[in-house]
Amino acid sequence: MSLILLIEQILNGLQFGIMLFLMAAGLTLIFGVMGLINLAHGSLYMIGAFCAAAVAGKTGSFLLGLIAALAGAAIAGALVELVVIRRLYRKDHLDQVLATFALILIFSEGTRWIFGSFPLFLDVPDYLSGPITLPGGIQYPLYRLALIVIGLAVGLGLYLLISKTRLGVQIRAGENDREMIAALGIDIAKLYTIVFALGAALAGFAGALVGAIQSVQVGMGEPVLIMAFVVIVIGGIGSIKGALIGALLVGLTDTLGGIFLPEVMKLFFDPSTATSIGSSLASMAIYVLMAAVLVLKPAGLFGARA
Amino acid sequence: MTEQSVPLTPARQTPVLETRGICKSFGALRASREISLDLRPGEIHAIIGPNGAGKSTLIAQICGTLKPDAGSVHLLGRDVTHQATRMRARAGLGRTFQISSLAMDDTVLQNAVLGALGASGRPWRFWKDALHDRTLTETAEEALLRVGLEDLARQRTAELSHGQRRQLEVAVALTLRPKALVMDEPMAGMGPEGSRLLTGFLDQLRQEAPILLVEHDMDAVFSLADRISVLVYGEVIATGSVEEIRANAAVREAYLGDEA
Amino acid sequence: MIRETHVNAFTLALFVAIPLWAVMADEPFTITLMTRAAVFAIAAIGLNVALGLGGLVSLGHAVFFGLGGYAMGILAHHAQTYTALAEWPLLIEGTKSMPVIWLTAIAVSSLAALAIGILSLRTAGVYFIMITLAFGQMFFFFAISWSEYGGEDGLSIYVRNGFPGLNTLDPIQFYGLCLALLCLVLVFVWRLAKSPFGLALNAARQAPVRVETVGLDPARLRLVAFVLSGAIAGLAGALFADLNRFVSPVMFSWQTSGEIMIFVILGGVGRLFGPVVGALVFVALEHWLGELSEFWHIYLGLLLLLIVLFGRGGLIGMVSGREAVHD
Repeated sequence: MSLILLIEQILNGLQFGIMLFLMAAGLTLIFGVMGLINLAHGSLYMIGAFCAAAVAGKTGSFLLGLIAALAGAAIAGALVELVVIRRLYRKDHLDQVLATFALILIFSEGTRWIFGSFPLFLDVPDYLSGPITLPGGIQYPLYRLALIVIGLAVGLGLYLLISKTRLGVQIRAGENDREMIAALGIDIAKLYTIVFALGAALAGFAGALVGAIQSVQVGMGEPVLIMAFVVIVIGGIGSIKGALIGALLVGLTDTLGGIFLPEVMKLFFDPSTATSIGSSLASMAIYVLMAAVLVLKPAGLFGARA
Repeated sequence: MTEQSVPLTPARQTPVLETRGICKSFGALRASREISLDLRPGEIHAIIGPNGAGKSTLIAQICGTLKPDAGSVHLLGRDVTHQATRMRARAGLGRTFQISSLAMDDTVLQNAVLGALGASGRPWRFWKDALHDRTLTETAEEALLRVGLEDLARQRTAELSHGQRRQLEVAVALTLRPKALVMDEPMAGMGPEGSRLLTGFLDQLRQEAPILLVEHDMDAVFSLADRISVLVYGEVIATGSVEEIRANAAVREAYLGDEA
Repeated sequence: MIRETHVNAFTLALFVAIPLWAVMADEPFTITLMTRAAVFAIAAIGLNVALGLGGLVSLGHAVFFGLGGYAMGILAHHAQTYTALAEWPLLIEGTKSMPVIWLTAIAVSSLAALAIGILSLRTAGVYFIMITLAFGQMFFFFAISWSEYGGEDGLSIYVRNGFPGLNTLDPIQFYGLCLALLCLVLVFVWRLAKSPFGLALNAARQAPVRVETVGLDPARLRLVAFVLSGAIAGLAGALFADLNRFVSPVMFSWQTSGEIMIFVILGGVGRLFGPVVGALVFVALEHWLGELSEFWHIYLGLLLLLIVLFGRGGLIGMVSGREAVHD
């Protein structure tokens, strides 16, 4: 096991973690401000990826694809909020789960109807393809490195948005005291639509970015959604900072576990047994991490509310 | 936690319930400052004080939903500071809530049977109908009879009036055959007739279980209480008989000021 | 408006009449559909113990359903390949006996429910939903990577397992067995809801503080409810596996968890027959809408949305006009 491989895998873990962060940040924001659990967040991720693949396929421009992903997911998010989601804020979590589960069914089958069951492909643009040589002679795919940088930039932008802008003030007020925003004369209905669309745009953006290294297909969103839940449970609901730390922890654990657990098992078993036991264990690693956090800190690492 | 004894008024009898120097802060807010109180057999000890004086915080610590930062709580001579609410309930501490905490979809009888079930300590039975268990229903019906809800036993709790829910709260507490009762504003929201009936009932009840009574209805407090403690800004500024409290200058200034 | 007891009786009558008709009309596929409905109903009754009585919104009941399925799959796989399941510390062999498989399924899923319950009941609300969902995913990925038992492809069992005195290969006999179990589970849960435990659990859902002030422990009540709930779902999983003679990681998937929850909601949360009606209606929709359109999930989604937004109390609630038992 060389140092180069280790660094490569750490970068892969970071890249995966950053993409999870884009999902988790939206989820946790929506829960923090509106108190809503949104299972259909994975559908918005999928919508972003499909918009990007369709537009990039037609125009040949990856950048236009990304813009389409942002716009498409934001519009879908705003529409869903206006038609369905806003009827759910006052309902209990069970109703929220069911209604957003129903939305998954509608979005997934609707997408299958329009695009068919075969995966679409979104190509990495030329200017981002190929490896780049990092200090120390490590060859690493430029696109994945770009994902890390873009993700961090979006994270920074989100931080500035929430801490420096008027919208951010309203969002923070909404997280702390729902009555207060009404008292401040803020249009709550509008704020909620904006926050939901913002979360949707983040998810759609992540879907498009990841869509270029995986295939774009129906059902791609839900595994990521559940991983984002693990991230939120670890980081603490409603905390953007928790979402970032949790996402990086989960990304690194999942990636490194998949590589190193089979290696560790080789110390105890013959190679083929070790590989199978190791990969089984690796598939459970992030859930074990989640269970450990639950035992130690039931409200998550940065959770204020349980 | 200091074990240093806090000066108490010489007790004629061992107190049933006692707090010794309990302190509780929320950030900069000191909600309980060295509160030492006791509840003796056969008495009604009323706690009064303006809103925000820390009455709810005090009750929460006595009943075990909050842990004091310092000091201790004693029930029947045993230190229960570190015991959960349900252990205190099993040891004989009955409680009624300011905001009714009842199973609203269940019937009145079911709520009372729940109390009897808790008292029996045997909830792990999965087959027999709880409402056909004579030992449970007898205890429950007796308690309902005592508070005058026997005719409403089959009614859904959500359909009860505000005052009737208060009565049910008391009935559930009675099913536990408590050694001490903590009542948080039992008269709140009751009509004059209901208040009068409940006052009469609590008057008799004290012989069976002494009552720590938090109440805003001053007529009820002054007619019922053997002793009154006045809580202001988390501190007991006076404890004494009704006459002593009425005459106490500090109390008049801090609390009764605008009424007197 | 129709009384709820009449709806229940009618539902039960359908579970008897339709298969009898199918036998006479020689429509074995209808019997298979009804078996599917009966098995789904058992799983949903299991979930309803946690959800309706305990107020625990578990999105991870596929774990128990799947464990029941794999208990059947693994035991039968070893029996059909004549290999031992374990040789050390004691010899355990596979089996084709349904009663043994059922008990194993119940035991394994109860243990899993105990472990998951202890961890996830430390939290409540949204956390609980996310965590149960996550544990479901954990079992899903574990099953996929467990190549010894088929990994992603799952395990096929060539001949349905046996029950003493019955020919389980005959669809109507196997159906009878499932229906009998459904009735047993219904009676058990009916008694459970009225029992001292059920009364306390019901109260713990509505007013946990009250339960604590009468000296009971709401957390422990919920944990026991979760274990019972998991055990029933595990039994259903074993039956489902025997119905299809096949198990795969799909049984562990989040869609399965979601579908079990849909059965409960379609019929009505917290009602004894809610899950039964829901499972029957779901299987009927799946069959008819599935014939009409490949994309029938869209219609299912729309129906579900309508029920959540406008029709509290599920189908039974709409028909019998009674408010939801559970707020």
